[in-house]
Amino acid sequence: MKMLMEGNHAVSWGVMLSRVQVLPVYPITPQTHISEALADFVAEGRLDARYIKVESEHSAMAACIGASTANARAFTATSSQGLALMHEMLHWAAGARLPIVMANVNRAIGSPWNIWNDQSDSMSQRDTGWLQFYAEDNQECLDSIILAYMVSEAVLVPSMVVLDAFILSHTQEAVEIPEAGDVDAILPTLANPNAIDIDVPRAYSPVVAPDNFTEVKYKQYRASEDAIKTIEEAGAKFKDAFGRDYPLVSPYMMDDAKAVLVAAGAVTGTVRKAVDALRREGKKAGMLKIRTFRPFPRDRVREVLQGVPNVGVLDKSVFPGAGGPIAQEVRASLYYSGKSNGGTPRVTGFVGGLGGRDITVSDVAHAFETIMKGKGTDDPIFLGLKK
Amino acid sequence: MSVDKAGVKGTKNGPIVSPLFTPGHLACPGCGGTLALNRVLNVLGKRTVIALPACCFSIITGAFPHMPLNVNLVHTAFETAAALATGLKAGFEMTGRGDVTVMAWAGDGGTFDIGLQALSGAAERNEDIFFFCYDNEAYMNTGNQRSGATPLGSWTTTTPTGETMDKKDIMGIIAAHHIPYAATASIAHLDDLDAKVKKGEEIKGTKFIHILSACPTGWRMPSDMTIKAARLAVKSRVFPLMEIFNGERRVLNYRPEELTHVRDYLGLQGRFSHLTDGEIEEIQRRVDERWKKLVASVDEVRPADDGIEYI
Repeated sequence: MKMLMEGNHAVSWGVMLSRVQVLPVYPITPQTHISEALADFVAEGRLDARYIKVESEHSAMAACIGASTANARAFTATSSQGLALMHEMLHWAAGARLPIVMANVNRAIGSPWNIWNDQSDSMSQRDTGWLQFYAEDNQECLDSIILAYMVSEAVLVPSMVVLDAFILSHTQEAVEIPEAGDVDAILPTLANPNAIDIDVPRAYSPVVAPDNFTEVKYKQYRASEDAIKTIEEAGAKFKDAFGRDYPLVSPYMMDDAKAVLVAAGAVTGTVRKAVDALRREGKKAGMLKIRTFRPFPRDRVREVLQGVPNVGVLDKSVFPGAGGPIAQEVRASLYYSGKSNGGTPRVTGFVGGLGGRDITVSDVAHAFETIMKGKGTDDPIFLGLKK
Repeated sequence: MSVDKAGVKGTKNGPIVSPLFTPGHLACPGCGGTLALNRVLNVLGKRTVIALPACCFSIITGAFPHMPLNVNLVHTAFETAAALATGLKAGFEMTGRGDVTVMAWAGDGGTFDIGLQALSGAAERNEDIFFFCYDNEAYMNTGNQRSGATPLGSWTTTTPTGETMDKKDIMGIIAAHHIPYAATASIAHLDDLDAKVKKGEEIKGTKFIHILSACPTGWRMPSDMTIKAARLAVKSRVFPLMEIFNGERRVLNYRPEELTHVRDYLGLQGRFSHLTDGEIEEIQRRVDERWKKLVASVDEVRPADDGIEYI
């Protein structure tokens, strides 16, 4: 069945189809439609879940942790300041190895106040131990929730599904709704081996002294790295069931590309349009869409960018003193300590779309022109910066 | 106080030491909090899960792999006891184990201060959980810094000249949430504590029990003074034993027959040793004032469990 729906509602449908059992949520623009739709689903009896109207995002994540520790499927949604408030508990959820899934509607983070889209909120949480999946369209929003539970419950690492504020969250598209039974077939009931067995007293997240702490963190690290394989397996299963393919990264027109722009989220649609336009002019442009940002698929990125003379990275966030986070990851992936990979591309960082500033096809084309000149810079180039 | 067949000292409701809280924990000698948790677990039983924010018990229960409790214990961040408990209870309910008792066990910091927002949220939603505050009147785990529960005049490392504020009225705050049951309790009145936990077990919704938990280390007194200090807190009317039903009906569980001056209570404790006679009289004046208001507000004066005689 196909329905016209906004990205937020696509997320809510994904949650309903995943048969989530506990929903502690706190409203924040532009996430609110997710929580409102979920409240309706529960009120109408379409979703058998406990809907908890918590008093803050910090408590929302703490309650998700409690529910997940009790072996219930838990979900919350947030954005921007709310995600920042959760920060402490994001570490806690990941360290406790709980398969919680959260949607974050990408919004700029203050100061100054700004309710519009960029990726600075989720990118600020990139090192909390959560898996991060960036959606390009509303179909991907829905499907990613289901995929995230499949992966998180297999590797016991929480997942964040990220969608762009307003560009996806409030914009309607036709979305194919999977059959509930088909989702059940690929996402069976949760059986977390780390959840409480009431008859077996244990301490969860106790003090772990220096003689064991490293080992706990090593296992957490390995689980996250090994998630790469699990994400590919879950993707294959999902493709078998629904025909839609979600690889870690998606190369577009890259076979003979001389200049490639790397991007994540809804802006990849714009980049694709720009690549098409440049190709019509005979320019060998290509794009690499990053869907999985955590764990960063270093091997895949290195493999597909190998031999590309000029690479650009389009970040929708910027960290003072460090540049764009995706650019950092791409550069780090290309700096390979093993055997020669056929020449390391020059990487130029671009920053655009901050606080809801539109990124147009011509902005992207302009970025491609800069890349093609082959002048890599350390400082990112701010697209459309007013003098 | 009674002695059972095995010769174990206890009260009419059971032994002082619960099989659910075993020896080998890391509490200071004379810790009032450990005694309190012993009693609580003794009443609540095995199908209990504890939500534990940062507090003395994060350490008392030992570093991995040690675990002195025979119930499940979930450690969490400082401000989240009530929110974690909310999630745990919801998780158990949604997985067909709604009979599991979920309790938060928080110190005064995790209750009066950093934990108050989550507690307020859970209380307002009337979550079906127990929230216990074992109150040792300062951040004792980090070496005695003042909290919102630190009483007027008390020395702490962050009030080197004595606390200048009155203790926060947590029972008043909780009562304003109209939860079905709130009570104060003392480790010197164990049968009263037991009775209150039992009463809470029969009530669906949020149960808040505030236990004054004498702390020899932080209160600067010998470790065998715990019970005496706790008893004097009640007898001197510094810490009244009471219950509040639905935020409205108030019951006073104990009315001291004769007035014990606060000097007797404060004098036991090094944290008050710097106080002048005038300052002690000022504390007495405030205690009298609060007591008068309390007595005027209560609907009933009776023991929590009929027939209990308090020593």
